Amino acid sequence: MTELLPIVIAKLNYWAYIALMMIGLYAMIAKKNLVKKIIGMSILQTAVILFFISIGAKKDATIPIIVHGHEGGSHAARAAEYINPLPHVLMLTAIVVAVATLGVALALVIKIYQQYQTLEEDEILTRLQDE
Amino acid sequence: MIWQIELVVLLIVIICGIGAITVKDLLGAAILFGAYSFMMCLLWAIMGAVDVAFTEASVGAGVSTVLFVATVFRTSRRTKD
Repeated sequence: MTELLPIVIAKLNYWAYIALMMIGLYAMIAKKNLVKKIIGMSILQTAVILFFISIGAKKDATIPIIVHGHEGGSHAARAAEYINPLPHVLMLTAIVVAVATLGVALALVIKIYQQYQTLEEDEILTRLQDE
Repeated sequence: MIWQIELVVLLIVIICGIGAITVKDLLGAAILFGAYSFMMCLLWAIMGAVDVAFTEASVGAGVSTVLFVATVFRTSRRTKD
């Protein structure tokens, strides 16, 4: 038990990532309301971003800006002192794509509401079968 | 990276996420999702990803919340689950 606790603390981000991903997946599958489904999709996307940022994080490292960079690179930068910036750049693109997906999904929800006057998936399905 | 602060912020993030999908009012769900995004932004500032943090604060928390609130006002606040 005493050996288990440091392992859980060291991997705290990954436990939270698993929990958030399961919350998002549950909302996308089990919720009947379309806006709730979209909120679940956004939570799933931020969970994936959390996973990637956790990969790049380091202990005792600073943000990835080279100290004394204005001196023309007279000495080499040690990579262990800086957080890995590659996952950050990838996830900047992922955030912008997430907002674009969200905008399209909400526009579709508004069109569905104008057509069927409801946001519940089961009511929309019964109306589709009545027609 | 101080793990106590990180633990507290991660707990708030998970609580806000669960609250956003369980609350029975879509406007409340949108506001809880905004709080979730701001807590995510704080988490990334703690982990040293400052560029991701301010992109999330402006685009994720700002624009997403505005889009959700606009959708709720153009449709209905009612939800069954």
